[in-house]
Amino acid sequence: MNAAVELRDVWKEFVKGERRVEAVQAIDLALAPKAFTALLGPSGCGKSTLLNMVAGFEAPTRGTVLANGAAVSAPSPKRAVVFQEPALFPWYSVYENVVFGPKTQGRPPAEYRPRAEQILEQVGLQGFASHYPAELSGGMKQRVGIARVLVMEPEVLLMDEPFGSLDAQTRTLMQELLLEVWERHHQTVLFVTHDIEEALLLADSVCVMTARPGRIKKRIDVGLARPRAIDVTTSPVFNDLKREVLALIREESVRADAERALA
Amino acid sequence: MIKALRAPWFLLLPAALVLLWHVAVESRWVTEGLIPSPAQVLRSWHTWIFGTAKMTLSPYSGTWVDNVLYSSRRVLQGFGLAALVAIPLGLMIGWNRLVARVVDPTIQMLRPVPITAWLPFAIAVFGIYDASALFLIGLGAFYPIVVNTTHGVRDTNLLLLRAAGMMGAGPGTVLAKVVFPSALPSIFTGLRLGIGIAWTAVIVAEMIAVKSGLGYVLWDAYYVGRMDICVATMVSVGMLGFLSDRLIVWASRLVLRWRTLEAVA
Repeated sequence: MNAAVELRDVWKEFVKGERRVEAVQAIDLALAPKAFTALLGPSGCGKSTLLNMVAGFEAPTRGTVLANGAAVSAPSPKRAVVFQEPALFPWYSVYENVVFGPKTQGRPPAEYRPRAEQILEQVGLQGFASHYPAELSGGMKQRVGIARVLVMEPEVLLMDEPFGSLDAQTRTLMQELLLEVWERHHQTVLFVTHDIEEALLLADSVCVMTARPGRIKKRIDVGLARPRAIDVTTSPVFNDLKREVLALIREESVRADAERALA
Repeated sequence: MIKALRAPWFLLLPAALVLLWHVAVESRWVTEGLIPSPAQVLRSWHTWIFGTAKMTLSPYSGTWVDNVLYSSRRVLQGFGLAALVAIPLGLMIGWNRLVARVVDPTIQMLRPVPITAWLPFAIAVFGIYDASALFLIGLGAFYPIVVNTTHGVRDTNLLLLRAAGMMGAGPGTVLAKVVFPSALPSIFTGLRLGIGIAWTAVIVAEMIAVKSGLGYVLWDAYYVGRMDICVATMVSVGMLGFLSDRLIVWASRLVLRWRTLEAVA
């Protein structure tokens, strides 16, 4: 089966003045179509860099990123992104933000309007279409961020710690919402997070990354049945998975600390 | 408390200054006859506005409205011209590195040259006509608008640019729908600074480069020793400048509604 997204021996190095920072090294990763994949790693491990390269915001220093078999060279509505900050246009209403994509791509309003209304309802924003982002809470803004990418029906959904800046309760609600929405749309998802529970709850497969320079340490298949709900996090299977990932991450942070001590 | 804040406090300082002025003249702190009293200025101003040629011997009688219109039209035209050139140019400088490298250093080098220094040049090129005044006003207003527009464009949030990109927006759409609205608050700051300079420039230009308007009256009145008219002109210019600034602030509130929401939230 053809991978929806494939990274082949991808390296990324940032040059800041005389300093060179190796962000990620030798990444080989394939995302199966319709699968939910999580990239899990400590902050600064290059997981967002990886996502930015898939999005087309940044180019790899070495290696290739393929989407549906074609090399990625620029951002595209086929690979839609939900950012850590909502990144909404503050001068547009919720509705105008949501239809920005289809409108920009020149689709007819008759096509995107009913769809946008339907998706706004799915993410619980009915009645807020004419509000401005400044009038919304953090969780609601992020829902708009999700709605505006769902409305474009992208081939791949890239999510960069989308719930990272929300409070714990809102985060749980948003995770449930995402599970629900994903059951409806079944998109290929690449989800970046540093939250182990979040990764296991949402994803079919979790790629645990090493500390910088980031490599993929291990890929774990999450065999939990779908549709999932938040109470799966209390099951024994979930706890076993969590223990396994925790051990991997602990090993990684010990190694990173030792290296830092040497340097 | 809130009621107390709404009282016309802005009148307090001008009133105090006028009182000080009155006392200074009445108690002869200044040489007699050199500076007119506030009452004298008010009387002359009244004649200047409402007088008819038959009523008094004053050559200024009844010419205030005409001169205000002359100056206001010049400010409007010069300022409008400046905005028309400076906003698109500022967008290009902020947006495109090549344009910035080619154009920006020249602008920054010309910017410290005061408009008064341009006067001889303007008269040599455009003569004692309106074009001279418009050139000086436009030039003066141009700099703050272009600099603030450039700054606003460069301040655009990278995430918003990326968001637009992943939703399929090309450079034109990004410029029109993301960069421009994002730079608007900064552009309005530039317009406010620009209109202030436009009023400065119109007075300078009318003092020398044309034969009408408030600046012309001011210089003429100075030559014939009518300090009362000079002071009335100064107050007139101050009030017109204040009014035009309020007008821009009002327009910006209208356009930037989303921003006032932000401030509340």
